[in-house]
Amino acid sequence: MIPAAFEYHAPSTIGEATALLARLGEDAKVLSGGQSLIPLMKLRLANPAHLVDINGIPGLAYLREADGFLRIGGLTRESELEESELVRTRYPLLHDTSKVIADPLVRNLATVGGNLAHGDPANDHPATMLALGAEVVAVGPKGERRLPIASFFTGPFATSLKPDEILVEIRVPLPPARSGGAYLKLERKVGDFATAAVAVQLTLSAGGTCDQVGIGLTNVGLTPIKATKAEAALKGKAPDEATIKRAAELAAEASEPAADLRGSVEYKKDLVRVLTARALRKAVERARAGR
Amino acid sequence: MLVKLSINGEKREADVEPRLLLVHLIREVLRLTGTHIGCDTTHCGACTILMDGRPVKSCTVFAVQAHGKQLMTVEGLEQDGKLHPLQEGFMAEHGLQCGYCTPGMLMTSYAFLKKHPAPTEDDIRWAISGNLCRCTGYVNIVKSVQYAAAKIRG
Repeated sequence: MIPAAFEYHAPSTIGEATALLARLGEDAKVLSGGQSLIPLMKLRLANPAHLVDINGIPGLAYLREADGFLRIGGLTRESELEESELVRTRYPLLHDTSKVIADPLVRNLATVGGNLAHGDPANDHPATMLALGAEVVAVGPKGERRLPIASFFTGPFATSLKPDEILVEIRVPLPPARSGGAYLKLERKVGDFATAAVAVQLTLSAGGTCDQVGIGLTNVGLTPIKATKAEAALKGKAPDEATIKRAAELAAEASEPAADLRGSVEYKKDLVRVLTARALRKAVERARAGR
Repeated sequence: MLVKLSINGEKREADVEPRLLLVHLIREVLRLTGTHIGCDTTHCGACTILMDGRPVKSCTVFAVQAHGKQLMTVEGLEQDGKLHPLQEGFMAEHGLQCGYCTPGMLMTSYAFLKKHPAPTEDDIRWAISGNLCRCTGYVNIVKSVQYAAAKIRG
């Protein structure tokens, strides 16, 4: 399959890249890892007239804790997340997620930033970042904007990024003591999108109740879903079996899956219920173990 | 656009359209046909090559993105007429039947063994989970990689 012809631009600074995007307008697309965009172009589902390749811009791939956040550079590859000792020990939810995105070869190119900026509700990081309460840093010709993840996904394949903005960083709040998270995904095979997946991040109080809870759902709606009612059902309560069961039911109610080859609506909603309960138990276990 | 790159240690250049896929550059322009095109949809891994040391699916990279990069394909495994331990392993352990997935399997395994010289069976199965084989059931591929790991460790 051959993509439609396009003009290729390889800027070497963010300023150059955003100026190009501002000039080219809606006809241009940012090329990051390309692992979603290039397949879409080959299928001619995307036919941008211009590609602005940001891979040659130095300083956009990093993972570091600073100023209260884990900062993930916009060009950080999924494989870097997966191999990071910092992520493995401090951010189990991100580590879980990085292991189940596409396959190991795709993860060598695919970027965390691209996984969010693509706005695909079937992608895994949107749910993860919703659970973590992350924020996204976008840079455009007029400067920098910090976008809360909760309002970032505005529709199917649509985000609050403007056409002339580039996602340059993701900021995940540093987890307080007694925090834990988990990502559980059911996929038919390695590399498939989720039939459904659930991301949970929580922090326990000294008394063992849930101080903070984030729950994100993958591929069970037109956008990634933040299961706010399920979160509220846990907040301030001890995560006992009855509370987990109730929260899992509320997460299933929040899901709006469509029937497809991966399963019926009823099946997927029930899957959300089961995965939410399991992810909550795992997150609690990890929070108690100090991760 | 002019693309200059190094492939299997040799400097090459080509004038290409931006939409040319890297796998097509490798096979049709540089005439290195050891790299295969299988699914053409980022699933099967038959087109796997190394770009700056990391295995990637060359059907999902534009040739222009390889400008200035170091590539390695299956043709780069054999050195001075001697097969790489992985190639030897795939022969000794019957790691292939039709051979279509083999170049991808070899390149993925090559990069994997550089990082994980003493892998478990699970590690190997994880590493090749982006490469599909429809003949072997993977059992002999895993054995082939184990053979190579042991041989490289000496």
